[in-house]
Amino acid sequence: MMSDLTNLTITEARDLLAKGEASSKELTEAHIGAMESARSLNAFITETPEKALAMAEASDVRRKAGTAGLLEGLPIGMKDLFCTEGVLTTAASHILDGFHPTYESTVSQNLWNAGAVMLGKTNLDEFAMGSSNMTSHYGGVESPWRKAGDNRPLVPGGSSGGSAAAVAARCALGATGTDTGGSIRQPAAFCGIVGMKPTYGRCSRWGIVAFASSLDQAGPMTRTVRDSASMLRAMAGYDAKDSTSVNAPVPDYEAAMTGNIKGMKIGIPKEYRVDGMPTEIDALWLKGIKWLEEAGAEMVEISLPHTRYALPTYYIIAPAEASSNLARYDGVRYGLREEGATLDEMYEATRGKGFGAEVLRRILMGTYVLSAGYYDAYYNKARKVRSLIAGDFAKAYQKVDAILPPTAPSAAFGMGDKMDDPIAMYLLDVFTVPASLAGLPGISIPAGLSQDGLPLGLQLLGKAFDEETVFKVAGVLEEAAGFDAKPAFLAA
Amino acid sequence: MSVDKETVAKIARLARVRVDESHKEALAKELSNILGWIEQLSELDTDGVEPMTSVVSMTLPLREDKVTDGGYPDKVTANAPEAAHGFYAVPKVVE
Repeated sequence: MMSDLTNLTITEARDLLAKGEASSKELTEAHIGAMESARSLNAFITETPEKALAMAEASDVRRKAGTAGLLEGLPIGMKDLFCTEGVLTTAASHILDGFHPTYESTVSQNLWNAGAVMLGKTNLDEFAMGSSNMTSHYGGVESPWRKAGDNRPLVPGGSSGGSAAAVAARCALGATGTDTGGSIRQPAAFCGIVGMKPTYGRCSRWGIVAFASSLDQAGPMTRTVRDSASMLRAMAGYDAKDSTSVNAPVPDYEAAMTGNIKGMKIGIPKEYRVDGMPTEIDALWLKGIKWLEEAGAEMVEISLPHTRYALPTYYIIAPAEASSNLARYDGVRYGLREEGATLDEMYEATRGKGFGAEVLRRILMGTYVLSAGYYDAYYNKARKVRSLIAGDFAKAYQKVDAILPPTAPSAAFGMGDKMDDPIAMYLLDVFTVPASLAGLPGISIPAGLSQDGLPLGLQLLGKAFDEETVFKVAGVLEEAAGFDAKPAFLAA
Repeated sequence: MSVDKETVAKIARLARVRVDESHKEALAKELSNILGWIEQLSELDTDGVEPMTSVVSMTLPLREDKVTDGGYPDKVTANAPEAAHGFYAVPKVVE
């Protein structure tokens, strides 16, 4: 019974509860059991089983009263980058030791308002900076997947690695992620699940620990495209507390999934055929093209000529914004404090002790590119190139409705690999960063397996605020791919 | 552009973060590598290109200039490593 309940999709669980065939309490208890049985993955930093049960019981009461929300009674994981009132919030950093927010992030509040139940706070790269989940102060997350015939632990990707692993291993029906340069889409691809980064401005950033404010966006991580559509609908919406939140109605994304993409134009960007791309990624991409053609869409070759400059641009802009955002960790207002004789010494000691290696590297990079004499050469240059990259997409979208690239240039790798070469790690985001810089929506769906038996993802990018088209095409791609492989480890 | 140990010390000071002497050499090398890789942007002609200020074209909303929140210093300082009488406490700043 337990694994029956944890194997459901969000849509199936929603119907089951609506029909009264199970209660939220039963569904939540099954998932708490699953979460506890999967502790070896280290997917959660904090488990909140008591809160989950209390929320589930309250949900069952609401359902009886006839006031069920969009995600009524469904247990989910919350990336530990969202502030949750009274519940430890760490951003996977030592510097936020003991931080219990006195407020709730807008996105998590929206989910609770829709009836969702919180299982716990999921692990991530420290301050969401990383592509492997290995930079967490609370230790790396182990992917539930294994290469065929090889039991060595693999990374789940990052930064939303705990959310991806928890959803793939059936510990949670869905989980929140945040995506700054690929942190939802790349771990979704590595773990064989669906990860959606909506348009910048679609979800409020209020109460999310800030990394790079012009790029950060929250989004859902689920096992199907339909689940993604229903979860995003609950997360999104205008919020006066985020000045970049867009005041536009949130559509019923599920309703957009008509399955009919006949005559739609899908862009295939020639610049995404990068040097040294593994043949299995290329082969999967060609399959994706064939699937969409068979469904009646028309493929159009497009050019995004500044693609190769996206990563270096990102690695100026994101660290610059991070160095500014992370100035708030000063040992005064929250978290860790290391004593010093003067105020400055206290700041330096606290920050020296509290930040991990990758975060330190990015703070120093960001401080450097913003410092006097380099501001124009680096930061302003990057902002200009960012305009060119956004312009490439704007031009392409005059001709096409959506764009189909792969999600990542490889399948998951071993825990501890690539750690000594920051640039090799940065290159994992080569296909996800351009859309982040342009603020566009993108989804990764599991589309096939590598020769080693690991999941590979295909990505669909849409026009700004046209998540509906993204979901519509993604639904067709998902059905054609028929991905039904399961990870080696399943919680039960 | 290459970064030396002294530059690392200078930017660490600007960022108010203590870096162990023994790590400065390695950090200088890492930052130099990353900057070398970033350098490829210089081959792009960006004359006349407007730097991006907002990724979604929008006007920042205005609100009435009045106090709408506050009055709970205990809540604000609840997470402070050291607080007293509704204030944050820090090492002595003025002699």
